Amino acid sequence: MDTSLTRRSFLKGSLAMAGFTLAASFSPMGLEILNASEKQKGELPGFSPNAWFTITPDNRITLFVGNSEMGQGVQTAHAMIVAEELEADWKQVKVKQAPAGDPFKNPIIGAQVTVASASVRGFYETLRKMGATGRTMLIKAAAESWKVPEEECQAVMGMVKHDKSGRTLSYGKLCLEAAKLPVPSNPALKNEKDFRYLGKPMPRVDIPEKVAGTAVFGFDVTLKDMHFAVIARPPAYGAKPLSYDEKGAMEIKGVVKVVPLPMGIAVCAKSLDGALKGRDALKMKWDKGVLPEMNNESIEKSMNEDLGKPGASVVKTGDAPKAIGEAAKKVEANYFVSFVAHATMETMNCTADVREDRCEVWAPTQSQTGALMLAMRASGLPKEKVQVYTPVIGCGLGRRAKPDFVVEAVTLSKAVGKPVKVIWTREEDIKYDYFRAAGAHRIAAGLDAQGQLVGWSHKLVSPSIAKEINPGQLKDGVDWFCLWGLADRQESYGWNNRIQYEIPNLSIEFFLSPLPIPCGVWRSVQNAPNAFVIESFIDELALAAGKDPLEFRLQNLRNNMRARRVLETVAEKAGWGKPLPKGVGRGIAQHACFGSYTAQVAECSVDSKTGRIKVHRIVVAVDCGPVVNPDPLVAQIEGGVIMSLGTALKEEVKFANGGVKSANFDDYNIMRMSEVPEIQVHIVKSTEKIGGIGEVGVPPAAPALANALFKATGVRIRRIPLTPSIVLEALKKS
Amino acid sequence: MISLNVNGKAYKVDAAPDTPLLWVLRDHLDLKGTKYSCGIGECGTCTVHINGKAVRSCTITVGEVKRKKIVTIEGLPQNHPVKQAWIKEQVPQCGYCQPGVIMQVAASLSQKPMPSADQVIREMDNVLCRCGSYPRIKQGIKTAAQTMRKEGKR
Repeated sequence: MDTSLTRRSFLKGSLAMAGFTLAASFSPMGLEILNASEKQKGELPGFSPNAWFTITPDNRITLFVGNSEMGQGVQTAHAMIVAEELEADWKQVKVKQAPAGDPFKNPIIGAQVTVASASVRGFYETLRKMGATGRTMLIKAAAESWKVPEEECQAVMGMVKHDKSGRTLSYGKLCLEAAKLPVPSNPALKNEKDFRYLGKPMPRVDIPEKVAGTAVFGFDVTLKDMHFAVIARPPAYGAKPLSYDEKGAMEIKGVVKVVPLPMGIAVCAKSLDGALKGRDALKMKWDKGVLPEMNNESIEKSMNEDLGKPGASVVKTGDAPKAIGEAAKKVEANYFVSFVAHATMETMNCTADVREDRCEVWAPTQSQTGALMLAMRASGLPKEKVQVYTPVIGCGLGRRAKPDFVVEAVTLSKAVGKPVKVIWTREEDIKYDYFRAAGAHRIAAGLDAQGQLVGWSHKLVSPSIAKEINPGQLKDGVDWFCLWGLADRQESYGWNNRIQYEIPNLSIEFFLSPLPIPCGVWRSVQNAPNAFVIESFIDELALAAGKDPLEFRLQNLRNNMRARRVLETVAEKAGWGKPLPKGVGRGIAQHACFGSYTAQVAECSVDSKTGRIKVHRIVVAVDCGPVVNPDPLVAQIEGGVIMSLGTALKEEVKFANGGVKSANFDDYNIMRMSEVPEIQVHIVKSTEKIGGIGEVGVPPAAPALANALFKATGVRIRRIPLTPSIVLEALKKS
Repeated sequence: MISLNVNGKAYKVDAAPDTPLLWVLRDHLDLKGTKYSCGIGECGTCTVHINGKAVRSCTITVGEVKRKKIVTIEGLPQNHPVKQAWIKEQVPQCGYCQPGVIMQVAASLSQKPMPSADQVIREMDNVLCRCGSYPRIKQGIKTAAQTMRKEGKR
């Protein structure tokens, strides 16, 4: 562990954050506003054997969380794990968002990021050990003060007890003595059967402030004399400014500076209203960009043409073409999945205060490591003079893994000499998103006479994701992010993001589309679009084999016990095989990613006049190993299912004239309440290694729905979104 | 200077009359519970009460609300049945849209005669939540409606 982040600098950081406004402070007891006296309390010497907690003589335990809270409940989950092993009383616990720091780098990723459903699975062991370290030292401190053997003492709910004499000492009373002891390297962990918090539904610590309206999101960060900035950005990819009226913008009340940046022309003003009006007054003129004819049709045509070009070989097991050629049955199909946007409810924004000798950044980001690096580069200051704070985040969904807004805020604060908040309007947020990459797929597979898969040959064309997220990962024309769900590197932190079926002859090829559309990581990355293709095609194969879709899956997942178990559970819970009302179809799909397994059953019907799909019910079975907090787990699965249904039914970015045409919620449609079906989530009890949750609900919903649509109508549509017009056209053709 | 009545308090603000109410609430009055998301009245994130009705503060100008009673999420009491139900049912995920959702639900449930939970749920289609907290919003509405009916009977 890096010790440059001492407890003191650490507390100072979190208190600096407290100073700017109502602090982003979370407490199981509800809203707590840090005031001056609490500030002093924070400066009290205490017991802090690691970066994760401090116990102070006032008997309070402050837990620090380094991951970004985006509604997934990471603050509560991390606090539960530490509190469990520390044997803390939940009532004495307060949770705080930590400033960016090396101890919070995810052990399985090597960076402080909240991605890849890795916050709990990555820190589970570490946090248990950190809590146990504290408990062991507090017990030792008590035993020494009583002059009794440690074995006769035990920690219970925030105090140490000596059973023989009936004496007790609170953690608050013990903390200063414990702080003098050496830190043990291998403290004993609690027995899982003694867990007090883990596995029980604990109310989320971030909810009371969110309900009160006092939670401080990035958009709400306010500094003294803070200026606002908005940026006029190009209407087409690669477009350069031809002219703009700087004088006109400067005449708007409150505008203080117009700053040309690589990504556009920024207008800084004393009010947001002034900045927005100033931007209008720029009357920007742009050239046509690098591909002025580009639209949805040309994109699909280009990607489909690229399917005919030789790609890089990613997986080559056995001889797929030969096995398919000699198979009893051969099935071939092409699929296409469109670009979709993140559309987080809180648009991108960032606040920075750059001075001669320091740079402070309030970044609603999923990558503190990236934000810190960009802030250092843009400010020209070394690491020790740059501080990154993470406010509450209004949806991450992967968009905030790309902290591009940090560069804007830091550069503009430096240019204006004032604290600056950069704000993206909804139109910018959608148009300049790093989309979920579109994919064009060509698949061929062969079955033997018993319906067993003998070969599978798969080609994927996609624009790069790694280029924007982690360029180092892009090697030899292979972008592993694009392949997640189909194939993954052996050493990947994604953990098992690959096709689960037992296929003796498997070939996967990848071709990098040169389209200039920036792509990013979108909840589950490409696990979801690739699962749509794999699981739709599996149903096509089941049909060719003359088998029930569930039976076919189980037959080809013979040794995959976890995949089998979620399939069997969801089938039983959904009443697989039981009759349905006329016109209603039932479909199934499974997927494994981020170390967890999920299967879903969808039921839907179609209005044959309008082509509109009505989703009646989604049933989910999930196996993620040990469960930390079951209620937010269910919420995450529900949310994942709903987003997935959005991509299956309606979400699609529209392009025109070489840029993005979609701009706001009136032309980029996300799911609405009346479209959301009943969702039942069943957690499969499991003692396997702990897996991820935030993203694993997404992949199976879209293919389960497409498979249900096939059962309802007899029509197989090999693309999403399944918009009413596409469904209607397919129904007419059939 | 424009005179405003927000959460029972009188304010005078120095803003152009065509400024959206949302920016005035947030940046002049420091009432940051009301959020921006779409700016065109499509999502409901910025919903406040104006004379008891749910209104989108991003598309109404500060000039239009002079002398009207404005209530924001901060002005809705902490023990309001909708706020209490939102905690009990653990409704928010990221929580960014929830002040607007809560204000929309509170306004709907305060109509006389009080509509049923199902009627309110049907009115919620123009309120967006990207996290997909919809199943819990539905449950929250049911719980809040139940409390309000009980309180009404007392």
